[in-house]
Amino acid sequence: MAETNEQRKIRVLVAKPGLDGHDRGAKVIARALRDAGMEVIYTGIRQTPPMIVEAAIQEDVDAILMSILSGAHMAIFPKVMELLHENGVHDVLVMAGGILPDEDIPAIEAMGIKGNFGPGTPLSAIIDFVRANVSPERMSQELPPLAPTAGASFEATPAPAKEAQ
Amino acid sequence: MAETGNVAPIASLDVVDRLIAGDRRALARAITLIENGSPQARQMLARLHAHGGHAHIVGFTGSPGAGKSTLVMQLARELRRRDQRVGVIAVDPSSPFTGGAILGDRIRMQELAGDPNVFIRSMASRGSLGGLAVATRDAVRALDAAGFDTVIIETVGAGQAEVEIVRAAQTVIVVTVPGMGDDIQAIKAGILEIADIFVVNKADRPGADQTAAELRMLLSLDEHRREREWRPPILKTNATTGEGVAALADQLAKHLASLRETGALASRSGRQAQSEMLALLQQAMMERIAATIAPDEWERLVQAVVERRSDPYSTADALARRIGLVPEA
Repeated sequence: MAETNEQRKIRVLVAKPGLDGHDRGAKVIARALRDAGMEVIYTGIRQTPPMIVEAAIQEDVDAILMSILSGAHMAIFPKVMELLHENGVHDVLVMAGGILPDEDIPAIEAMGIKGNFGPGTPLSAIIDFVRANVSPERMSQELPPLAPTAGASFEATPAPAKEAQ
Repeated sequence: MAETGNVAPIASLDVVDRLIAGDRRALARAITLIENGSPQARQMLARLHAHGGHAHIVGFTGSPGAGKSTLVMQLARELRRRDQRVGVIAVDPSSPFTGGAILGDRIRMQELAGDPNVFIRSMASRGSLGGLAVATRDAVRALDAAGFDTVIIETVGAGQAEVEIVRAAQTVIVVTVPGMGDDIQAIKAGILEIADIFVVNKADRPGADQTAAELRMLLSLDEHRREREWRPPILKTNATTGEGVAALADQLAKHLASLRETGALASRSGRQAQSEMLALLQQAMMERIAATIAPDEWERLVQAVVERRSDPYSTADALARRIGLVPEA
């Protein structure tokens, strides 16, 4: 996959959910991922789960990395995962970092959230993890079929113009 | 996740159908395919083109830090109040060294979150100069086909020469701020000539009136405007509070009406279509060259020119004949 990875930039959404405003860590990681050649969409602080999922959809990212220090992860993470599934987003790598107590890790992993990068995680470990775990299908030139979307539409367009011959 | 072995190749036509029917994920996926230069993208774009032509395409350019993102956010809110659906493409620079990018324009656009009739896409410039990414125009095509009434393109913070936006937008807004002093003089040649509307943002700062006056003076000297029927207005805004944004939305509508009345819209579209076709032809030619001449032969040809055993002109002529670009002499 190394070859296709070069052609295809990995797009990562770095999000700060919840009410804590400490985003130094998120910014350092965003910068490190950029320096590793990835395209990082940074959302800014105080993101709600719907905002994160909406941004992930519009930006069609390969990975989401949530940084959380406030302790609200067990309220926020399930909501994010639920919204992703509701919207038919199944092929995006979801990771978390920040302050995540050991006793919560099994529950977080059971939700399908990987990584769980605590304080002191070397930046290179995060970069390697992203590279190793993004969906290989998403990284191929031909993207996989788009799963059906439920309830994720903007207002339907007026009747389309006639088809070109 | 789907089993890899028996997945049908992505039905890009299906993506087009879904995009036109209003599926945000299909729209997002279409832009990804376009950005990656995927083989399906062309066929998809051909169909998208047939469905477009309805959106007002507005470009924002100006120095980094002038407040473009915030202004785009405020304008999008204002247009939503006027019941328009708004698409935004925000371009940020890629690092020339690592190819990576931090795309931070969404930070300023959080107030638009949650509105299903706003679609924001961040795009890295991926080495392209001129303030846009290679894929920007085609991404606009996707948003247009999806039925957005206004599509706003925000360029990378531009200096003097990044005037690509002219070839992508119907209305170009140049954003400047007070206190740049002689910089106004400096941007005179490049960016000043492309503006359809000037915005002096951060107008609560001292010097806003003076900046506006300087712009007015420069404009009065400008003999080379593309369309004489339209005199670019100079507006003062405060993007943080939203002051002046309604007037900006009014001017946008007026400019579009003027473009239609004077026939300038058609001539702009003609120029844009022409430059697109030429760019595609150029790309096809580059591909043909790459397919015909192996890298090591290329290397030898270059070396021969460097060592003056041959010259660039006859080498290029010979290659052009070889790829069938000019008839055999």
